[in-house]
Amino acid sequence: MLTFVVRRLLLAVPVLLGVVFVVMLTIDLLPGDAVTLMLGEHATQDAVGKLREHLGLDQPFLVRYLDYVGRLARGDLGRSIQQNRPVASELADTWPATLQLTVAALLIAAAVGMAAGVASAVWPNSLFDDLARLGSLFGLSMPIFWTGLVLIVIFSLWLNWLPVGGAGSLPHLVLPAVTLALPSVAMIARMTRSAVLDVLREDYVRTARAKGVSEVWVLGRHALRNAFIPILTLIGLQSGQLMGGAVLTETVFAWPGLGRLMVKAIFARDYILLQGAVLVFALAFVVINLLVDLSYGLLDPRVGRQG
Amino acid sequence: MGAWARFRRNRLALIGLALIVVLAISAALAPWLAPYDPARQSLIEKRAKPGAKYLLGADEFGRDILSRVIYGSRVALLVGVLSVTIALVGGLLMGTTAGYAGGWFDAVLMRGIDILLAFPYLLLALAIVAVLGPGALNTTIAVGIWGVPAVTRIVRGSVLALRETEYVGAARALGAPAPALLRRHILPNIVPSLVVYATLFMANAILLEAALSFLGLGVQPPTASWGLMVSTGRDVLLVAPHVATVPGLAIMVAVLAFNLVGDGLRDALDPRLRGAV
Repeated sequence: MLTFVVRRLLLAVPVLLGVVFVVMLTIDLLPGDAVTLMLGEHATQDAVGKLREHLGLDQPFLVRYLDYVGRLARGDLGRSIQQNRPVASELADTWPATLQLTVAALLIAAAVGMAAGVASAVWPNSLFDDLARLGSLFGLSMPIFWTGLVLIVIFSLWLNWLPVGGAGSLPHLVLPAVTLALPSVAMIARMTRSAVLDVLREDYVRTARAKGVSEVWVLGRHALRNAFIPILTLIGLQSGQLMGGAVLTETVFAWPGLGRLMVKAIFARDYILLQGAVLVFALAFVVINLLVDLSYGLLDPRVGRQG
Repeated sequence: MGAWARFRRNRLALIGLALIVVLAISAALAPWLAPYDPARQSLIEKRAKPGAKYLLGADEFGRDILSRVIYGSRVALLVGVLSVTIALVGGLLMGTTAGYAGGWFDAVLMRGIDILLAFPYLLLALAIVAVLGPGALNTTIAVGIWGVPAVTRIVRGSVLALRETEYVGAARALGAPAPALLRRHILPNIVPSLVVYATLFMANAILLEAALSFLGLGVQPPTASWGLMVSTGRDVLLVAPHVATVPGLAIMVAVLAFNLVGDGLRDALDPRLRGAV
């Protein structure tokens, strides 16, 4: 198990180096000059030259890449041009808020999605099943920035139950987390329904029922446990999509996280900050997928033996 | 039973198809259907509530929301169709190359595709727009690039499977050149999967365009784009909620329509694809 974890973590290193390479290369291939864009069209030649030198842009691409990676290894992500602060501290200030938001959304999505999916599978083609399937169609079709605004109108403006935006307390978290969770609830409910329906057709479920095992035990012990593997894969993938959705949700609710930082960096053309933010997202993505892979081993004994 | 007969029995898919027809008509006939010029401002009527004069109300500049929603369907459909084209062309090229070449080229390319497929798409699109700069054309390119990996995988899979079939082998033995093989034997076989994927991708392309425009990184004002309309309405959300919520409804209806038709097509054209695409 430990060697597996270590090997996977080592494998993540080239992936992250590749991400940095691609991000830097695309910025390098920018039509036009990043420095002129940063300073505006009226900047003096002198100022442009100075900033170029400061950013090391006068060096060849590979030298800059190796330099960035070398400093990365020492935990130095460079300085944000806009804020004039180390990128590392900008990221340190914002990632906990994003983590809080995405974890809350993931928990809601997994709980509600799986509950609805199991209920749909146990009573297929019932009124509940129809409503749940229609609901997930809508869940997948609603733009999440719009859902967020509609929820604000209902729960903040009309009912006056929850704050409009910002962060700091549990009530602040409710609307953003629900908004971010909705598309994933829909995906997970659909997947759970079909996975549980598949398992319920298996011979061993019929055997269990035939020998008089109670329906609750059949579901919990046999059906859910086996249906959980495809569901877990989807949850892993969804957490990646949640990070993307966090960009929109954070913008709608003025949530002080990484997503908003990234949008700000794009507008300010603060490429060093952008590079850092992308790197954190990529790292989170790698870690989540590792966790998903590890949990397969816990759920399905066959996976552990092969690895 | 033919594919059309199967599709026709699916009531939800037919509703989706009807909605797409309505969208297409409103995009094509926008200048005749819209009651007002979408750019006409009337500052004394700003944020007018839905009523007899402005059926869906007016926005921050007193512009008719209904007319802007009608014109917005042009942007949504145009960006959607063009980005689907980019995704299909790019994916066909890369997928057939990978499937034909095989070996290390195929292995490296597909590994990269796997990573791209799993990476959060909005972040990918944001990164592309960050590099290209905002605007309708760059948004289309960003959305289109996002679709390339999935098409590549569908095409490569089919090329690999079909390459081994006897009739393709026979055609090759008879000396058919690769492009002819592709056009005559391989393409017709992947058309159903590609049609299904393209329809579902349309739904996501509309969503992604709206999201980028909402962030201010997509279509730029004063063009009437649904995502942009939600974004401007957001500033007056607490005084005039209809300005932001009405255009969002249009996004939802359009996306729902393509999702319904995509699901219906998948079930009708290739039942085996259920759950796969």
